[in-house]
This record gives sequence, structure tokens and C-alpha cells, in this order.
Amino acid sequence: MNMMMRVAAYIVLAPIVGGLLQGIDRKISARMQRRVGPPLLQPFYDVIKLLKKQAITVSTSQTFFLLTYLIMMVLTGAMFYGGTDILMCFFVMSTAATFLYFASVVTSSPYATIGSNRELIQMMTYEPAVLLACVGFYLVEGTFNVEEIAISDKLDLALMPGFFIAFVFILTIKMRKSPFDLSTSHHMHQEIVKGITTEMGAQNLALFQISEWYENVFLMGVVGLYVVNSSPLSVIAALILIAAVYFLEILIDNTSARMKWESMLKITWIVTLLSAGVNLLALMLIHI
Amino acid sequence: MTGLPLIPFLILFPFCVGATLFCIQNMEVRKVIAYVSSSLIILADFILLFAWLAMGARPVTMYFETAFVDRVMLAAELGLMVLVVFLCFKYRKYWISLLSIIPTCMILWIELYVPKAEGGGKIYLDHLSILMCLIVGIIGGLIIVYGAGYMDGYHQHRSDVPDRRRYFFMLLFFFLGAMFGFVLSESLLWIDFFWECTSICSFLLIGYTREPEAINNSFRALWMNLFGGLCLAIGIWQFVTHTGSVSLHELIAVGVAGRAVAVIPVVLIAVAALTKSAQLPFSTWLIGAMVAPTPSSALLHSATMVKAGIYILFRLAPAMQGTLTGMMISLIGGFTFIITSIMAIAQSDGKKVLAFSTISNLGLMVACAGMGRMETIWAGVFLMIFHAISKSLLFQDVGATENSLHSRDIEDMHGLLYILPKLAIFMFIGIAGMFLAPFGMLIAKWSAFKASVDSGNVMMVFFIAFGSATTSLYWTKWMGKLISQSHIREKKFEDITKRNEMISLSIHAALMILLCLLFPLLSRVYVNPLLTEMFGAAHDVLPQSVLYVLVLIIIIVLAVPVISYNYVKNYRTNRKLSYMNGINEGDNRFFIDSFGDPKRLWLSNYYFPGRIGQRKLMVPGQLFAMTILIVMMIMIIGGVVA
Amino acid sequence: MANVKRSPWLLHYDGSSCNGCDIEVLACLTPVYDAERFGVMNTGDPMQADILLVTGGINSQNASVVRQLYDQMPRPKVVVAVGVCACTGGIFKDCYNILGGADKVVPVDIYVPGCAARPQSIIDGIVQAVELFQKRSDEHDALVQSGKGM
Repeated sequence: MNMMMRVAAYIVLAPIVGGLLQGIDRKISARMQRRVGPPLLQPFYDVIKLLKKQAITVSTSQTFFLLTYLIMMVLTGAMFYGGTDILMCFFVMSTAATFLYFASVVTSSPYATIGSNRELIQMMTYEPAVLLACVGFYLVEGTFNVEEIAISDKLDLALMPGFFIAFVFILTIKMRKSPFDLSTSHHMHQEIVKGITTEMGAQNLALFQISEWYENVFLMGVVGLYVVNSSPLSVIAALILIAAVYFLEILIDNTSARMKWESMLKITWIVTLLSAGVNLLALMLIHI
Repeated sequence: MTGLPLIPFLILFPFCVGATLFCIQNMEVRKVIAYVSSSLIILADFILLFAWLAMGARPVTMYFETAFVDRVMLAAELGLMVLVVFLCFKYRKYWISLLSIIPTCMILWIELYVPKAEGGGKIYLDHLSILMCLIVGIIGGLIIVYGAGYMDGYHQHRSDVPDRRRYFFMLLFFFLGAMFGFVLSESLLWIDFFWECTSICSFLLIGYTREPEAINNSFRALWMNLFGGLCLAIGIWQFVTHTGSVSLHELIAVGVAGRAVAVIPVVLIAVAALTKSAQLPFSTWLIGAMVAPTPSSALLHSATMVKAGIYILFRLAPAMQGTLTGMMISLIGGFTFIITSIMAIAQSDGKKVLAFSTISNLGLMVACAGMGRMETIWAGVFLMIFHAISKSLLFQDVGATENSLHSRDIEDMHGLLYILPKLAIFMFIGIAGMFLAPFGMLIAKWSAFKASVDSGNVMMVFFIAFGSATTSLYWTKWMGKLISQSHIREKKFEDITKRNEMISLSIHAALMILLCLLFPLLSRVYVNPLLTEMFGAAHDVLPQSVLYVLVLIIIIVLAVPVISYNYVKNYRTNRKLSYMNGINEGDNRFFIDSFGDPKRLWLSNYYFPGRIGQRKLMVPGQLFAMTILIVMMIMIIGGVVA
Repeated sequence: MANVKRSPWLLHYDGSSCNGCDIEVLACLTPVYDAERFGVMNTGDPMQADILLVTGGINSQNASVVRQLYDQMPRPKVVVAVGVCACTGGIFKDCYNILGGADKVVPVDIYVPGCAARPQSIIDGIVQAVELFQKRSDEHDALVQSGKGM
């Protein structure tokens, strides 16, 4: 019952929270640039407007793929907040990402195709860190189950700081923040027109936007999982950690220029190998 | 138990059919015989399964008195040696003949002069060998059905190649017979004989077209596999001279007991298996095998040949667990897994991508076997099952596509869904089965991952984490190509895929989806008993609850597209031109260039052949693997001798 | 009737011009004027744009381009001609290759004069365009609800 409640809460609240997070993001970014910035609810205004516009598409199957992407993304988050296997969540997430790729390449448009090729490279770049993060949880807690990880007594972050660094690092890619916003970029940046979202207009873009909100809430949940444990105070700590990580991402976004994909791949894999790898070795030693 | 007549039938029948096919001139009659006998083989497979289940599904050893058969086999082995020597001299590859002469002489010597414990069983039936029989029989049989149609199209589109179809089908059937023999044998001498049979069959199949490239590649395959055969023969000779036994299970038992006599035979047989499974540094023969017509590559890659190596490694797994040999095998397997999956990214030839992905997936299976734990074998068995089906499906499909499209380049498959819809859908299913969550291969990979964490194998954890990332890159970009809107709409391609090819493809696709859904059942009913036989105890690596959740997710993943398709179907929308800076000319296929003329838009995937291509990585990879192999072999053998 | 005027996204096209207006348009988006306060966003993609901002005149080569970009925008949409060149052809009006202002190829709704147009007047033009965008959106809604349009 409890699980159902959480899943329902995620499905209903995630877009609201995700939209608000994005609103805060834009506001803070504006303040960092000494601007007033848009209203907090701007992301919602945008999505409502997009939904109101005339339905357009380059390829009719694009909407189909995007809808599948959205549902898969919701499923990923629902599985996570429902407390199932964390590795499985990420596998479903990668399937969702594959559908986003399909939604873009199906149009055979030059900019969208370049964007989606880069998206694939991004997927390849972040996947090891994600898998290793799951291994980290498994080694510390002895289970992949999100619920069991969340109610255990251990403070995961203390034992897996290396995994956390690698995960925050790839979060920049996942959240499409500069310097890693290669496949598509957020509003104030521009890259290869709009990259993977180039051919998405009106409703299709709204679907993409909403999926992104779901995704961000899911990812922030994973960040929170690093500190959540049996103590009720840990929830507050998790919220603070999430806020700090989000702020860090905004800061990185506003202070760095976009990289080439080669540099992205190299740097990310090196960071993954060094921080997550060393952490993994240390944990394995304790484990054995 | 004295015998089950089905077993000689399974082994001999394909040989008889092959010989008959060679003698029949009429093509239609030949096809009918091929269909009927493939169906009979599949049927016999099932009867064997049920007969054995009825016997209580326990491991059985049979056929104890086989002196006559042994002599026949010896004669056949000499015959094979003569054939190889003849061909080597004909094509001036003199030194390769040594690789055939030496092991044959060794086997001859063992057979005639080394005292052996008499009366050991020659055939062994258990879960693993029955599973292998099913894979060989079902997939192999379907490939032959497919091949009957495919070869017509092949000779239509490759009119430069002499038509030797009789010979081709003969070899395919011989291959199946040899594989059955290989997986059912208990006697190491029998295993060696069938091993040589598969090596030579594959050599002849690769050289089918008799073009210079084909001949070159076939000899490369020959020497690598014969080298494996040499290792195997030396291993057997070592074991026989020390213990007087030629039983595979004796060897495993001695190995599990940790006695030193088993170390050298096990390591040599494992190295032999590496050559069969085309692991680094022996990978190049499998890539070269691509020159052969598709049915033979499908057979080599999915059901037979490479799986023979995996089979023998699974057999040896308990003996390798925790030893230096196991470490060597898992290291080489894991390394092959990641390095070939990187090389696969750089390939645009569809068959080459499949070849590299075969080697890469085999690497994972080899690594699973090398770790030798119950959990890793669980993962390995599932990898083997799903890989066999998906790969066979993909090979057949790429072959059929090539016949219709006159190209097997992935770049030319842009928009295949609109050109050859049926083949594209099958290809889509096959690729999805290879890597996409939550289908079979991924679940197996997942459990391999978990098992390597459990066994504390840090190296493997890294290999799998990075290797699965690179694996999904090349598959996803291929899938993307299939569904992109076509650049070419003016040229029409006719789907010349024959009905029998379609039948085989449909059965494969259905089988794959079915197995994905029956995953938990398969695990409980078949794979766990298999592991119990091997390790004495077994449990699911992923808890059954997770497996059922997975099945649920598979259903959701299959249902979501259907639901969203139905939702979108009636969705009214306005078609717009795609964005090309406003210089789009008409219908997304042309844009206006700087001279004001329309120019065709051509989109390509990323490959980076200069950076991660075969030329760049193959030699370093081989050198690295060879170093591991030599250094560790010295350590292992030196450790025993000293 | 949704409130769409809070989120007007611009597509900016620079035709045959001295690039003066072009730079002024971008100046509107800098922190000094901060057009994002009103939800204004500069997007490079016509599929995602609501307001087409044309600077510079139309010549024989870019006429089809402007037309195509306009066609790719989903309804409701508004066109703003920024600067005198985009309004009439301006100083280039009599050149051999100039067809005239943006209204030669697309229906222009708002004309922002100036050479170059000042950011203040551009923002004023956008604000007027936004009102029109809201009006058109309401009309579009009414059409959709009556089942006639899409």
C-alpha cells in the first residue's frame, strides 16, 4: 500500500517538482548572469503554450516514440520510488533513452541526426558510472533493492564517496548541462540548432519537456539515496544534498564552455575509473 | 544403460543425409530431402529430450563396447588428415599440414599403444549436452531450411561464384552431425575426432567461393583451429599417459579434486576452446569467415563451432574455478569482450558488426566459464541460449537483406523499414534481443555482472560496466538506421526473400520472444538442474521475484509501443518539412547547395574507424592477449612441473 | 483560453542587411534588457518558435528561405519586421536583387522602424506581437474546440 502511495505520488508530483526545479534553475542562472530572469513558473507556461499550439511533426512516428519515451521514463521513476531493483531502473532508463534516440533519428533530419549521434555517445559515456554506482550500493548494502537500501542503518555516502563523485559528474551529462550539453542544450545555450530536439515542435516538445522533468526527479532521487537511511533526519539531509548538487550543476552550467565529445568521453571515463574504481577496489577489499 | 538408438541416429543421420545430398543432381529433390531431414533432426532432438526426461532426467553414460566404432573413427581421422595435407599442398600452405599430422599421430599413438582403462562409456547425457543438442538441432536445422532458399538468391546475385550447392549442403549436414557427436561424447578421443571434423567442415565452408580471399581466410581458420586441435591432443595425451583414462568427467573430477595431473590437460583444453570460440588472440579467423555464404556464417556464429568452445569451457568450469587457469580464461574473455565491442563500433558492414559482436559476447561467456562459479555459469548458459537465437536470426536476416538490397552495409539500410519492412522488423527484434532492456541477453549480462561482483572479480566488473556501454552504442545506432526515413524513395527494391527463409526467420523471432517471456520458468525447470549436476547445488542468481518483475516489464515494454501507437494513429497532425536552414528542397531528401542546385542529403552514423577500428586495435589486442596467455601458461605449467 | 503570452519564443532571421538590427535584436536578450523576464526565448528552430523576427530586406535568394521558415512554424504565429530594411527594403530598396521588405514573402503583423532599430523599440514590438499572439491563440483554441481547425 505504502509502495502504491509512493508510486502515485511520484507520477502526480514529479512533473510539478521537476518543473519547479527547472524554474528555480532558470531563475538562479539569470541571477548568476545579473539578470532578473523569468518567473518561477515559466517552465509550466512554456509547456502549456506548447500543448496549445498546432500539432506539427516531421515524421508521424515521432510522437509515438516520444510517448513511449515518456511512459518508459515514468516507469523508471515509478520503479525507483516504488522501491524495486535499482539496476533494473537504470536498465529501463536506458531503454527509454533509446526511444528518445529513435524519436529523433526517425525524422532523418541533419541536425537531429547529429544531435542523436551525440546522444548515443553521451549514453555510452555515462553508462559505466551508473552501473558502478549500482555496484557501490550493492557492496555497501548487500542488495540492489532501493527500499532496502533506503531503510538500512548505513550512511552510504560515507562509504562510497568515489561513486558519488562519478555519479554527480555524469549527472551533468544526464541533465544536459554545459560543458556536456552536446546532444541538445537548454534555452540560453544553443548547439547544432536544437540537436536531438530540432524536429520536435509544439506537443512533441512538450512531451520531451515533461519526460525530462520526470527524469530529473528520478535522478535527484538517486542522489538522495546516497544519504537516506533509517533515521528520519536523513530525509532532510538528502534534501539538502539534492539542493547542493542541483546548485553545483547550475554553477557548472554557467561557468563552463561546451566541450567536444572526445574530451567529454575521455574525462568522464577517467573520472569514473579513478573515483568509482578506487572506491570499488576499497569496498571489495572490505567486502572480502 | 547400454544405449539409446536415438543417439547414433542423431550423429550418423546428418552424415548420411549429407552424403545423399551430394549424390543427388536434382535441386528440387535435394531441397525436399533437406527440409525433411532438418525436421527429422529437430524432431529427434525433442524425442531425445523427452526420452531422457522419461528416464528421470539424470546424467547417463552409455555405449561402453565400441571397439569397432573406435577403429572406424580412427580411419576417418586418418582420412581427414590426408584431406588436409592434400589441400595444404595444393594451395602451398605446407606448414599447416603439420598441425594436422602431429595431433593425428598423437591420437593414433594413444589409441594403439597407450594402455587405457577399458570399458568407459563413450556417450554422456545430461542437461548441458541435451541443451546443446537442442541448440544445434533447432537452430542448425532452421538455418538449413533457410539456406535452401538463400542459396538460390545468392547464386542469382553472385553469378561469378561457381554453383556448388550440393557440396555446400553436404557440409552443413556434416557439420551438424559433428556437433552432435561433439556435445554428446564422453570419451576424450571421440571429442577430439569430432573437434577435428568441425574444424575441417568450417574450413571447407569458408572456402566455398574459392576466391583468393576466401581461400586465404579459410586457411587462417584452419590453422587456428588445428592449433587448437593440437593443444587438445596434447592435453589428452598428457591426461591419458598419467591416469590411463580418456573420460572427460574423470578429468573434471580429478580437476575439481585439485590434483596436479589435471592442471595441464585442463589448461590445454581451455586454450583449445579459446581458439574455437575465436577469443583474442585467435579472433581473426571468425571475422575472415564472413566471406562465406550467410547460412554457413550463421551456423558458425550461432549454433555450432564457436559454441563448441563455450560448451567445453562450461564443462571444465568446475575444474577451473579459483585456479590460475580460470583466472587466465576469464581475463582473456573479459578483455575480448570489451575490446571487440569497441572495434564493432567502427564497423559499418552489417556482417562484420555481427562478427565482432559474436566474439564480444563469446568473450563474456568465456569469462563466465573462467570464473567457474555457479552464478556465472547460470549467466553464461542464458547468454549462450539467447545469443544463439538472436545471432542466428540476425545473420539470416542480414543475408536475406543483402540478397534483396545488394548490400549489407548498415549505411545502405537507412530506412530499411520502408524498403523491406518484414526483414527490418525481424532485424529490429533480433537487435533488441541482443542488448535492449529487459530482453534475454541483458538479463543474462546483468546476472553475469552481479556474479562477478559477488565473486569479487574487480576486473570483470569493469569489463562488463564499460563493455556493455560500448555494446549498446553499436546496436542502437544500427537500429536507428533501420527506422530513419528513407533517403531513397525513387528506387524500388524487391523483397526476394523466399518463403522458407521467412519461415525460419519467423520461428526464430517467435522463439526469442517466447524464451524472454518464459525466462523464469526456463531458469527453474532447466538451468537450475543443469547447475545442480555441475556444482551439486543451484539457486537463481536473480531471485525469482525479480525475474517475474522482469517478465512483467517485458510485457509493459512490448505493450507500451502498441498502446502509444494506437493512441497516435488517430492523432491529427500537420506534416512539416524537416529543418535545413530553410533551404530544404521539397521533401527532406534534397537541399539547395551553394550553386543553387538541389543536392541529395546523405546522413551517416558515427564510426571512427581511424581511432577505434580493427586496424588500430586488433594487433595491440592480440599482442596483449597473447602476452597474458603465454605468461600465464608458463606460470601454470611451470607451477606443475616444478 | 490558456495564457500563452507569457511564453513567446522567437525565431530570428537576418536577411539582406548591414547586420545592425541583427545585433540589436541580440542586445535585447542581454542582461541589460533581459527579455527573458517576459519569458522571451531566442530559439534557432522554427518548429519551436512563435514569433518570427525578420531583420534586413528580402532578396531573390532568401525569399524562399524566409517563406519556408515561416511555413515550418506551427500556428498560431506572428511575424515582426525589425528595422527599416525589413519593413520596406530600406537603403537597399533599389538594389538589383532586392525584392523589398519581409512582407513581400510572409504576412508581416508588426513593423518596427529604425535604422538600426533600438532595443527598446524592438522590445516594444515584441510586446505588441505577444498581444497578437495571445489573440491568435485564443482564436486557434476556439477553432480547435469547434472541431474545425487543428
